[in-house]
Amino acid sequence: MATKKFRCKVCGYVHEGDKAPSVCPVCKAPASEFEEVMPVQAEGDVQFVPVKKKLDTNSNTYTLIYAAVMVIVVAFLLAFVNSVLRDRQNENIKMDTKKQILAALHVDKVADVNAEFARYVKADRLMNADGTLGETVDDSQFATSYEKEVKDNGRLHVFVCEVDGQTKYVIPVYGTGLWGAIWGYVALNADKNSVYGVYFSHASETPGLGAEIASKPFFEKFPDKKVLDAAGSSVALGVMKNGKVEDPSSQVDGISGGTITSNGVDQMLKKCLSAYMKFLTSKE
Amino acid sequence: MSQLFSKKNREVLTSPVGMNNPVTVQVLGICSALAVTAKLEPAIVMGLSVMVITAFSNVIISLIRHSIPNRIRIIVQLVVVAALVTIVSEILKAYAYDVSVQLSVYIGLIITNCILMGRLEAFAMSNAPWPSFLDGIGNGLGYAIILIVVGFFRELLGSGAILGHTVIPQAFYDAGYLNNGLMLMPPMALIMLACIIWWQRSRHKELQDK
Repeated sequence: MATKKFRCKVCGYVHEGDKAPSVCPVCKAPASEFEEVMPVQAEGDVQFVPVKKKLDTNSNTYTLIYAAVMVIVVAFLLAFVNSVLRDRQNENIKMDTKKQILAALHVDKVADVNAEFARYVKADRLMNADGTLGETVDDSQFATSYEKEVKDNGRLHVFVCEVDGQTKYVIPVYGTGLWGAIWGYVALNADKNSVYGVYFSHASETPGLGAEIASKPFFEKFPDKKVLDAAGSSVALGVMKNGKVEDPSSQVDGISGGTITSNGVDQMLKKCLSAYMKFLTSKE
Repeated sequence: MSQLFSKKNREVLTSPVGMNNPVTVQVLGICSALAVTAKLEPAIVMGLSVMVITAFSNVIISLIRHSIPNRIRIIVQLVVVAALVTIVSEILKAYAYDVSVQLSVYIGLIITNCILMGRLEAFAMSNAPWPSFLDGIGNGLGYAIILIVVGFFRELLGSGAILGHTVIPQAFYDAGYLNNGLMLMPPMALIMLACIIWWQRSRHKELQDK
């Protein structure tokens, strides 16, 4: 093993060995006055320059500190980005929800969402236990997750809308498809039984198959279907496997190749609309 | 300027598009290539996002490459990529909400894209920031091109449309033409990809295995 060289900072004595001597043999300076040096050939002369202590990037301490600092820096960065953008994001989600409600009312290609929403949607109301419409929800309290509204707050929203002078009701629905959440809005005519329009969307259904529930051709199958069965006691509106429709007045063809997603839509409609049974059957 | 685009740097930028393509030659990032190519539009946006994120994570890793402890370098790379992807996704949600809704899970999938890890480990860890940037752009481009070709054919043959606009005339359907539903299934992406690899290797003898 090559020996290291140490130089006394006080008198310049150079010692060769594995470590610095405990005292300098020339000036009796202690070991702490020695520094490691390496010989450098400069203009025929051998000179000694201090060895730069390289940071040991493989030591445990360094690794731990590096990891900790990195995590904290990234955490603060992400928290900062999130807090700066959160208001905008919430506003976007609100606008998107309003757009979806308008889409159920056949209002597409909206330029100014808030203005159009105010024009068509007269009130965001909550259903009372006896099926009548109660409290009106203010626009500042506009909800974007209706699943949460029902499960956490027990609030069943009904949007009272007016299209071309006629009253329509929009009811939010939610459920699960094959890969994740699906949701939608069902617009009913003033008789609270026939469908005026629907809108569905999904979080992560298969493109080209299950995802087709969020397409115009699928929505167009719904208008004029009846929500309730002939006896008016249960929700009949649903989606059947392609070609298996038994009751064309309230059932629509599912998406071929997207059976589980179609079933999800079927269950979503039955489950969510059942909760509004009292409202649907009341003759207010 | 000429130094910035020296022969070596041009090589770094262009070789992943053709002879050293990450998808067809290195066979990286196959999983996401299958998932997002049923339609052309998500394929394009995915390709662009991967390009941007590969380039910037390459630059960041290259800048800090001397300080990264060797034993946790993969974790450091992952954290950088994950942070970048999260920031991009947050920005999209705030300023391009429609695009972010369309991409939904795909944008998060970029974190697990092997091309990123591959480039960070193989290139950025041992090269200066500028070549690393070019390498990221080049590899992202190579990935995007393959995705776009596969997405184009899958949407054309599977849905008879390009970017959502129907292009196959109704007369074809009247004459008995049917959309190939298999094209929309993930296995077909593998077969399409294999066809591209076949075509490329038959043209370039040096890519063929002995």
